Amino acid sequence: MSAAPLPRWADVVVIPAINLVLAFLVAGAVVAIIGENPWRAFLVMIEGAFVYPGSLGYTLYYATNFIFTGLAVAVAYHARLFNIGGEGQAAIGGLGIALVCLALDPYLPGVLVIPIAIAAAALFGAGWAFLPGFLQATRGSHVVITTIMFNFIAAGVLVSLLTGPLIRPGQSTPQTRNIAEGATLPKVHEILRAMGFDAASSPLNLSLLFALVAAVGVWVLVWRTPFGYRLRTLGESEPAARYAGVAVPRTIVIAMMISGALAGMMAINDVLGAQEKLVLNFTAGYGFTGIAVALMGRGHPVGIVMASLLFGALYQGGAELSFEFRTIDREMVLVIQGLIILFSGALAYMFEAPLSRLLSRRGRRAVHA
Amino acid sequence: MTPPAVRLTAISKRFGAVQANDAVDLTVAAGAIHGIIGENGAGKSTLVSILSGHYTADSGEIALFGKPVKLATSADAIALGIGMVHQHFMLVPNFTVLENLMLGLAKAPFLAESRADVRERLARIEEDYGLSVDPDMVVERLPVGLQQRVEIIKALIGGGRILILDEPTGVLTPDETDRLFESLKVLKSKGVTILLITHKLREIMAITDTVSVMRRGRMVAHTATADTDRASLAELMVGRSVELVTNTRSRAAGEVALAVRDLSAEDETGKGRLHAISFDLRAGEIVGVAGVAGNGQSELLAVLAGLTPPSGGSFAFAGRTVSAAAPADPHLMRRLGLAHVPEDRRREGLVMAFQMLENAVLGYLRFARGARRWLLEKRRMRERCDGLMRRFDVRPPDPRLRAAGFSGGNQQKLVLAREHGAAPTVLLVGQPTRGVDIGAIEFIHRELLALRDKGCAILLVSVELDEILALSDRVMAMNAGRIVGILDAADADRQSVGLMMAGVDRAANSDRAAMGRAGMGHAGMGHAAGDER
Repeated sequence: MSAAPLPRWADVVVIPAINLVLAFLVAGAVVAIIGENPWRAFLVMIEGAFVYPGSLGYTLYYATNFIFTGLAVAVAYHARLFNIGGEGQAAIGGLGIALVCLALDPYLPGVLVIPIAIAAAALFGAGWAFLPGFLQATRGSHVVITTIMFNFIAAGVLVSLLTGPLIRPGQSTPQTRNIAEGATLPKVHEILRAMGFDAASSPLNLSLLFALVAAVGVWVLVWRTPFGYRLRTLGESEPAARYAGVAVPRTIVIAMMISGALAGMMAINDVLGAQEKLVLNFTAGYGFTGIAVALMGRGHPVGIVMASLLFGALYQGGAELSFEFRTIDREMVLVIQGLIILFSGALAYMFEAPLSRLLSRRGRRAVHA
Repeated sequence: MTPPAVRLTAISKRFGAVQANDAVDLTVAAGAIHGIIGENGAGKSTLVSILSGHYTADSGEIALFGKPVKLATSADAIALGIGMVHQHFMLVPNFTVLENLMLGLAKAPFLAESRADVRERLARIEEDYGLSVDPDMVVERLPVGLQQRVEIIKALIGGGRILILDEPTGVLTPDETDRLFESLKVLKSKGVTILLITHKLREIMAITDTVSVMRRGRMVAHTATADTDRASLAELMVGRSVELVTNTRSRAAGEVALAVRDLSAEDETGKGRLHAISFDLRAGEIVGVAGVAGNGQSELLAVLAGLTPPSGGSFAFAGRTVSAAAPADPHLMRRLGLAHVPEDRRREGLVMAFQMLENAVLGYLRFARGARRWLLEKRRMRERCDGLMRRFDVRPPDPRLRAAGFSGGNQQKLVLAREHGAAPTVLLVGQPTRGVDIGAIEFIHRELLALRDKGCAILLVSVELDEILALSDRVMAMNAGRIVGILDAADADRQSVGLMMAGVDRAANSDRAAMGRAGMGHAGMGHAAGDER
């Protein structure tokens, strides 16, 4: 007999908290080993992520990426599909934005180009996830394998386009020309300054709002719609889904496409918001980090938003660490981030059984008392 | 007097919040056949798992032949002569009998030597106990009865003196069961001590010398089998008197609700699983499908429920004919008024991680949709689940609990309630009482009969022959994907149905069976028989 399932609050709050504390302790030990003060390093990270001018903007900017890719992984995971292809889907989503903007921004006003570009990001991402989903549904080709391969293909497509037809004429950097002024998403510091506030500049832009809307949308989709019900049924038990009359192949394809659309929409943060152009390798591994975010957030939008904040802070605060300490270089920061991913992702359920035992023992004592 | 083969004193074992064994005592005389009977979850399996070294008891003592022993691992138990035959065979299907027996016995560095050794031991087993089996047959090609014999030999070949059989007859035909019991009697005469774990009272009465009854982790009675009877054993198992449901029919079967004609089906590998099945299912009757597990009953349910397309033939239901050219899906079948209680409720019938209120609309999302059709309304789901739980006495009546938190009987009641709640014209029922306690069995049987009396046509698949005989108005026996024959309840008894389950069409030359096979005209027969009662 297995241990009783954990109450939801324990699963969503206590377990991630334990994992996080443990990750920080181990990371602190590593910092101590190379001869720095872990506590000071921790403070530098916090300050670097939230306190220094503009740092909060950066943290939220990174978090926006992670919300999108984390939601993408989570939607697929509710159907027990492991979409590793967020990276490629985001890249192709960015391509969609670039194509729309480059083609339309000379002719149409920004208010029209922006929604079309966002739709294109979702559509291109969904399209890039369609084939892996279709192959999984009809041929049983595992999406883990196919989406990874599609990441490489996407990278190749972007390289060839950004060094060829899409490159800005007259330069050698693999990127497109800038998107026209009015056809980009306004940055938050620009808005704040327009309202008369003093704000340090950061790449944070309106995409964060879209990310939060997407989080609400995913919650409604997964827990409040018939499709979400079928999705979760399929994820929990394929025989039960078949019994209930769920069209399994169709559900797999649609789940992958929604996942791909969310990953594709990550591109609006960078292409339409921060950079205002399509730059090679703008995805920078956010698609992969989304896996850890989704795991840490337990597949729930609230958890994903919180995990995204954490990872955003780690990215930004981690970068600060390497400025502050001579001995902590960029690679060291990666080690710390890796530890967090290890504890909250790969080892996420390490403490589930002991915690469940602890809770049931306490519960029993309460009954006896 | 010789010391008892097994003496367990105050064995206790707890899993989490569940006290699986609570100060259990057990004494089994050497050379006896001892039965342990109890409902699912009474702690029988835990007890024998402790005796076979699979679990370690939290407290208590074990003595074998008068000597106290410690059983920390299965290897300890085997070394002390305890052999276990599991309900689900622990054989490597694509190994030969000999290779299977060599597992655990091959001590020599090269296999040739061990092979000769095991072959010799096997010959000795055959000589001593009369258990014969071809050592060079691949196990998966053996019939189930012989596979079980291999398991028994495996338990004895290392020098086993105490044989534990856990629900050994679940997969056997009545005929194979008889043969197993004969083998057990021979083993007993040669001095082997046998522990038989079962929930079937009939088997206890048929073969055991002494019997112990378990209930909720405790031993509630030890007695000589000769001094007791089925009714009092049943009462001890449940802890109260049990009324067995009897099938009294209020009215005759009505119109044909489901007409099956030459229906065939294949599995994914293209192997034929159903061969030209034909029968009629009428409103207001229960047709029981008897057969040993794996003879096509599951496939029949799957095809009729729209889960697998037929490969040939057709069936007509609610004005629609389903065939290979015009396949159905479960969604469509439900809309047409067919409900399905699946054989495996844990994998198919329920989603264990879902709350019951979500499970209450599995397959019936129409009951969860609100005014805005693209949204599910939690409130409607909860109210529906509440109603189902009250109507079918599901405990605890809390729609917010996850399905995994309910007992097998309560899970099954919810599945039945859900399918019942859709007011079906045809109900497919697979193994309605597998892993269900006696109280819930009574309840489920009563509900099935009540539904039948209201005019629902019910196709009942069960490996429990007693259940088939107790509920059915007609009994259809299947073997190797074919219908061997269809009998009216009045003509169906264990022997006749058992023979048909083994593939012997006893009534091959009688008109009735011929008509049953043709599938036509037979229905009139059922009708007439119904009137007689």
